[in-house]
Formats: sequence, C-alpha cells, structure tokens
Amino acid sequence: MTIFGDFIQRLVKNRMAMAGLVVVAIFFAVALSANYLAPYPPDDIDTTNILADPSRAHWLGTDVLGRDVLSRIIHGAGVSLSVGFVAVGISTLIGVLLGAVSGYYGGAVDKTVMRFVDVMLCFPSFFLILAVIAFIGPSIWNIMIVIGVTSWMGVTRLVRAEFLSLRERDFVQAAVSQGAGDLRIIFLHILPNAMAPVLVAATLGVASAVLVESSLSFLGIGVQPPDPSWGNMLTEGKDNIEIAWWLSVFPGCAILITVMGYNLLGEGIRDSLDPRLKR
Amino acid sequence: MAAYILKRILWMIPVLLGITVISFAVMKTAPGDPISLVTDLNPNMNEETIKRLRQHYGLDQPVYVQYFKWLRNMAVLDFGRSFASDNRPVIDKIAERIPITLLISLLSMMVIMAVAIPIGIKSAVEQNSLFDKGTTVFVFLGFAMPTFWLALLLMILFGVKLEWLPISGIRSLNFKDLSFAGQILDVARHLVLPIFVSAFGGLAGMSRYMRSNMLEVVRQDYITTARAKGLDERTVIYKHALRNALLPVITLLGLSIPGLIGGSVIFETIFAIPGMGQLFFQSVMMRDYPTVMGILVIGAVLTLLGNLFADVFYSVADPRIRVSG
Repeated sequence: MTIFGDFIQRLVKNRMAMAGLVVVAIFFAVALSANYLAPYPPDDIDTTNILADPSRAHWLGTDVLGRDVLSRIIHGAGVSLSVGFVAVGISTLIGVLLGAVSGYYGGAVDKTVMRFVDVMLCFPSFFLILAVIAFIGPSIWNIMIVIGVTSWMGVTRLVRAEFLSLRERDFVQAAVSQGAGDLRIIFLHILPNAMAPVLVAATLGVASAVLVESSLSFLGIGVQPPDPSWGNMLTEGKDNIEIAWWLSVFPGCAILITVMGYNLLGEGIRDSLDPRLKR
Repeated sequence: MAAYILKRILWMIPVLLGITVISFAVMKTAPGDPISLVTDLNPNMNEETIKRLRQHYGLDQPVYVQYFKWLRNMAVLDFGRSFASDNRPVIDKIAERIPITLLISLLSMMVIMAVAIPIGIKSAVEQNSLFDKGTTVFVFLGFAMPTFWLALLLMILFGVKLEWLPISGIRSLNFKDLSFAGQILDVARHLVLPIFVSAFGGLAGMSRYMRSNMLEVVRQDYITTARAKGLDERTVIYKHALRNALLPVITLLGLSIPGLIGGSVIFETIFAIPGMGQLFFQSVMMRDYPTVMGILVIGAVLTLLGNLFADVFYSVADPRIRVSG
C-alpha cells in the first residue's frame, strides 16, 4: 500500500474529515453554480418588499433594499471562497519558499528569516491588515494579497522544521553524491516530502482567511456593497438588529458552517497523516 | 536565571527594530502625502506654502532619513500629534485608551484559563466520553465562529430580547449618581459581553491544547510510576500530571496577546468601548496616520513584553529551561 493510498484510506475512515469534506464540497458547488442556483438575482432591488420576514417566496427573508437574502448568500459564497483560496495560495507560496530556504541552508539565512517571522508575529495581524487595506483601497485583489502577506509565518515554521529533519536523510545524501544542485534537491527531493503539514495549514488557512475577509467586510473595509459578501450583509443586519433578525442570523450561519467545514477537513487531514497511530 | 533574562532582552532589540521598520513601511503604503488632507481642498494653498509644510514635516527628505527621525522621536515616546481635529499628542490619546483594552484582555485571559483548563483536563481524563465529544464540538464551533457575529447574536439575545445586560459603552448614563459599589457593578455589567466575546475564540483553542497536553503527559513513565506507587488518581492527575501539562499553556497565553489586542477592534467597535481597538479603527478611517502608527508600534511592543513575561515566568516554573536556555 502506497503512502498516498494509506492516507486516503485513513482519511475516508475519519468521520470528522468526511463531514468537513462534504461541507466544503457543497459550498464549492454552490459557489460555482451561483447563477443557476439562486432563486433571484442578488442585486434585484424590490423597494416594495424591504425587510420582509422569511416566507415561501423568500426563504431567508429580504434585506433593506428588498433583495433576496438566500440569493445573496449563495453569491457571497463565491466571494468568500475565492478570497480564501487566493490568500492561502499567496501565504503558502511565501511560506514554503522562505521555510525551504531557511531550513535547508541554515546559518545566517535561517536566523534572519526566523527573526523576520518573530517580528511579523508581534503585530496583531488584524491591525496590520486593517491599516493597509484602508490605505490602499478595499478591492478584492488587495484583500487577497494583504491577507496572504500577513499569514505566511506559520507555514514558514512548519516547512523549516520539515526541512531541518529531512535534510539529514539518506535520500538527500544520495542526491548530493550524485551531484544534484541545491535547487534541484530542495524542490524535487525534499519539498514533496514536506508537503503534508503544509496541506493541513493551507486547509485551516482558508478557514481563517474567510473569517478575516468577513470581518473586514463587516467593518466596511472589505467587499463593498452592493457586491454581496457574508460580512457586509451582517453590517446591514447590525443596523436593523431590532426589526430584522434574519439579516443577522443567516449570513453568520453561512460563515460558521463554511469555516467549520474547512476546520474539520484540516484537522481530519492532520489526524490521517499522523504517523503515530493512536488506536 | 539573570543570564536567561538578559539573553531574551538582547533578542528583543532586533525584533523591536524590525517592528519599527514594518510599521514605517505600512505608513508609507498610504497614497498621497499626509499633508494632502490639508492641502488638497484648501483654496488658500499655493506652491510656497505646500513646500514649507513639506519641509516642516520632513516629507521632502529621503525615506531612510524620515525613518530615522521618526525612530528617534519614538525613542522618547513622541509619536507626534494626531491629525484628527483635536490635534492632541498621539501618546496621550493612546495612553488613555490602553488601560481599558488591557483590562479586558487580562480579564479575558483569566476567563480563558479558568474555563479552558478544567475543560481540557476533564476531556483528557475522560477521553472519548460524552463530555469529551461534546466539548470537541463546542471547540470547533468556537474556532469557526466569527467574533463579530457572536457579538451581534449576544447583543440580540441579552441586549434586545432579554435586556439583561447593557450593550454599549462602559458606563451607564446615570453613572455619576451611583454609589462606589454601584459604579463598579455598572462597569462590570458593561464588560461582561465584551469579555465573553474576546475570550470565546481563545477558550476553544486553549481547552483543545490543554487536552492534548494532558493526553501526552498522562502517557509518560513518571505517571505510571506514580500510579504504581499506589497514589490515588486525584493526586496523580492534579499534582503530577497537571504541573507538567500546564507549562506550555503559559507560553500559549503569551502568544495569544496579539490575537486579543487585534480582536479588540471588532468588539470595541460593536460595543462602543473606548479602547485601543476602537481608536485604531477610527484613526484608520480618518487617515490619522500618526495615531495609526503609534498604535501599531505600541501594540507590537505590548505583545513583545507579554512574550518576554511569559518566557521569564516559564523559566521560573520549569528549571530545565534555565539550564539549557
């Protein structure tokens, strides 16, 4: 049985991970098919029907402009997930590069990188993200980049740890003795073996990125209205807290379920990859 | 012991410098000049005045000169004056906000410790029991819950529907008329929701961490020895296992400081608490750059100090650290 096959087998048996995977897959499908799935267009303003209670026509009610909440939640999924994926992509890229170089070469390079990581970890990251986005403008790309650039530290540490241990292994010595250059060893030999914790971190990172994006949108510095984001829908909810509870409840549930899904999946992957079989 | 502390302080210096560099870089991402707010829409401005303003604020000089000037000012805690209409020294504005944010953060940490540690112990000791499974679900909810949403829901529940707790500010309108005890109670009532929201996420993480620590410790040989000696389970768990499992938790608390301070933006804005987070948010929206910078630096320094404190505390608690350092 290959290592990969073994991993998949354990993953499938892990009920937590499977639950997470189902949630993730459902939201993925929802986001991709938003245009077909949503009963109404998300910007369908209907001023005769503002702040309507959930009903047969509007399952989750309407918002201040009479737009259907359910449809906006469905379209919001695409926004949140794309921010999550791109941000994690960026942070993983930075983290893997820095961690690999730091772990492989050691010495002064390692010390410098680790110092940099320490400095970045001192900042309340939300403060940094808030300030930079408020300064450079809240476009979706800016949000993705800023979140990515402030969450690479964990991945760096993980990759560095893997490299430190893998560097001494025989297969690396074999590659060296065959005359392989540094870059080749790092990317073709060591890195593929170091990816396991990176996968876990990436999955959990998507969850965290979705939370950050929704917080930013809630504060008004994320996705701007009228584009639907679960966060900015909750801003409306806050403003109408006494007369429209559904505006505050349902978008939040969407965030909760999505983030839980990714967390469960990530934890499940971590448990399945754990070499110590705790049966 | 002293050598260890000295080492840690020496480590802090380059990190401190790094913090200032990053903060300065953040400020420089802002488009336009800080003075453009004043000059752009002002019909009385001419080239001469703009140039003089630039010179006054040192904006005509190369970036690294600006940085060093700023750094030198910062060393004497001069963060400049706020760009907001009150134009007060930034350090004053921050200083009057820090106590409240620190108070809430410290109380949150205490709440986290008081709740998460027993939960973690019990879930570890009764692994896979109903309690354990239940708390695992709760932990995952805690990780996934957006703090502002939790704050909103609590506001709806306690503030609007039940009206048990106040939902904004830290004082009621009749604060001055209350007795001393009444005043303390009033502030306490106002702090309940913010502290709960602040602690919620940390609770989840900490109890999980405590649980996995205890599980690991309980498998150690010295625990088997303790049991073999005939000690009752209570002593084994609470005297021997707990002490060892508790140590990394301290470090984790130190590491959660930036999270608590960062999270303050959200619950302080929602509950209208006059703390650092609310000031930061307002300053960012107003483009009050000196204040933003000041809070960034101070926030990072607070984190640094917190970590230092946690490390020293840890070295006091665990003699092995002092020796290997």
